[in-house]
Amino acid sequence: MMLIPCPECGPRDENEFSYGGQAHVPYPPDGGATASDEEWAEYVFYRDSPKGLMAERWVHSAGCRRWFNAVRDTVSYRFEAVYRPGEPRPHVQGAR
Amino acid sequence: MTSRAARSVNAPAPPGAALPDHPEFLWRNPDPRKHYSIVIVGGGGHGLATAHYLARRGVTDVAVLERGWMAGGNMARNTTIIRSNYLWDASAGIYEHALKLWEGLAEDLDYPILFSQRGVLNLDHTLQDVRDSRRRVEANRLNGVDADWVDAAGAKELCPVLNVSDDIRYPVLGGTYQPRAGIAKHDYVAWGFARSADAAGIDLIQNCEVTGIDIAGGTVTGVQTSRGPITADRVALIGAGHTPVLAEMAGFRVPVTSHPLQALVSELLEPVHPTVVMSNAVHVYVSQAHKGELVMGAGIDPYVGYGQRGAFHVIERQMSAAVELFPIFARAHVLRTWGGTVDTTPDASPVVGTTPVENLFLNCGWGTGGFKATPGIGHVMAELLETGKVPDLAADFGLDRFTSGRLVDEHGAAAVAH
Ligand SMILES: Cc1cc2nc3c(=O)[nH]c(=O)nc-3n(C[C@H](O)[C@H](O)[C@H](O)COP(=O)(O)OP(=O)(O)OC[C@H]3O[C@@H](n4cnc5c(N)ncnc54)[C@H](O)[C@@H]3O)c2cc1C
Ligand SMILES: [Zn+2]
Repeated sequence: MMLIPCPECGPRDENEFSYGGQAHVPYPPDGGATASDEEWAEYVFYRDSPKGLMAERWVHSAGCRRWFNAVRDTVSYRFEAVYRPGEPRPHVQGAR
Repeated sequence: MTSRAARSVNAPAPPGAALPDHPEFLWRNPDPRKHYSIVIVGGGGHGLATAHYLARRGVTDVAVLERGWMAGGNMARNTTIIRSNYLWDASAGIYEHALKLWEGLAEDLDYPILFSQRGVLNLDHTLQDVRDSRRRVEANRLNGVDADWVDAAGAKELCPVLNVSDDIRYPVLGGTYQPRAGIAKHDYVAWGFARSADAAGIDLIQNCEVTGIDIAGGTVTGVQTSRGPITADRVALIGAGHTPVLAEMAGFRVPVTSHPLQALVSELLEPVHPTVVMSNAVHVYVSQAHKGELVMGAGIDPYVGYGQRGAFHVIERQMSAAVELFPIFARAHVLRTWGGTVDTTPDASPVVGTTPVENLFLNCGWGTGGFKATPGIGHVMAELLETGKVPDLAADFGLDRFTSGRLVDEHGAAAVAH
């Protein structure tokens, strides 16, 4: 069970949260108007799955109900940083 | 150990009596050679089955490279459910091909695998479940796959300890039943394939992690490993949960994310559970192992995770569902829980075939359900690796489907949410 540090509420139990997958996935160029099939495939189906640090989205569904971003280690499951939507991905010390 | 022969014939069989003794042999433990015609990355069930069927085709200049010990990945962690009642033709093709091979596998391997065709019941809890299930049963029959739909009373008859009362949160309205489905002993399956491949002269190399993939002019030329470089004419990535990592080494992306999937077993119990019961809606699946443990699995943990463990609340939810469906389980003790790392795709179907790199082939994305495919996909991968051409049974599972939009959407039949 992970203890997740919600930026609004502080550390709370994992089962109060829902997962939103990879963060910072850009929309296809021009809102998709001129996107190729490959670009659409990337946007719809391809997501990072790194073994190590990952920037991802979480929502504190059973708490403040706000979305936020996190940098988490997918091996140790440690949350290295959390930050609000719109903020840039923070640099994590010792990042691989 | 005490001799089994010494036991009185009239004494009740103790749990585990149906299991054969552990094999006295292992496979050779060779050092890697400098070059192989074919290198298989990943010594799970799929990699070993591929090696076995390559040997059957007379191709033995082959190495299986495994970062840990043979078949210690998901192959050693799964709940061993085998069935072929998927919805789409492409899935029926590969899973039914596998099921037919399962039916003759002990003979083919000359090794016991304890394949027990005790049937699999997939429960319905809502009217929409019922409609979807009946549609799937008809689709199965059109594909020559055995399938029935049973009502609640029929489900109770198949599994008497199932609670079919209508005052539970998600009452059982019925379910699909595939009589030829069942379970097999996963370790024995792996050992049988390994023994066969080894006997044919294929090198099974343990503690050999692939750390890089060598590519020249768009063609694969070999791999870097923790035991030195190995050149090869053809390379297959069969690394289940680690596929995103392997694909990155080869410079392309796969629409695959790796997630924890957990399971657990109870203490040994007298036989109470004669079939396999799965429920997609309340998320539990149960069978009783040959020795007598209740084997239960859950859905995946939602986040990306390579830690081979998941969260306790997932197990808690799975247990509350199990106890509601099987009230007699309430007193069973949990003996052991564990997790694997499964490779999931957006349409809950595998990715099999060629890659953007010439002579580099891929088999992955089986998610929570690839054990059942083991002999079938091994057979298909062997043909792909020998001929370089994608066999018909794999044609619909290429990477290109995510661009063409021709998905094989099996979320409804995958039975475990992912
Ligand atoms: C808890 C759980 C329950 C499951 N239940 C079922 C079920 O009931 N029925 C069913 O059909 N399926 C089930 N599955 C899914 C099934 O286990 C997998 O789909 C299947 O095992 C995948 O194929 P595999 O056996 O080759 O994978 P694995 O056994 O995981 O093999 C992949 C191998 O590749 C190795 N590897 C990875 N990276 C490298 C590298 N860089 N170098 C060298 N080696 C590498 C790994 O160490 C691993 O041994 C379950 C899985 C889990 C975790
Ligand atoms: Zn909050």
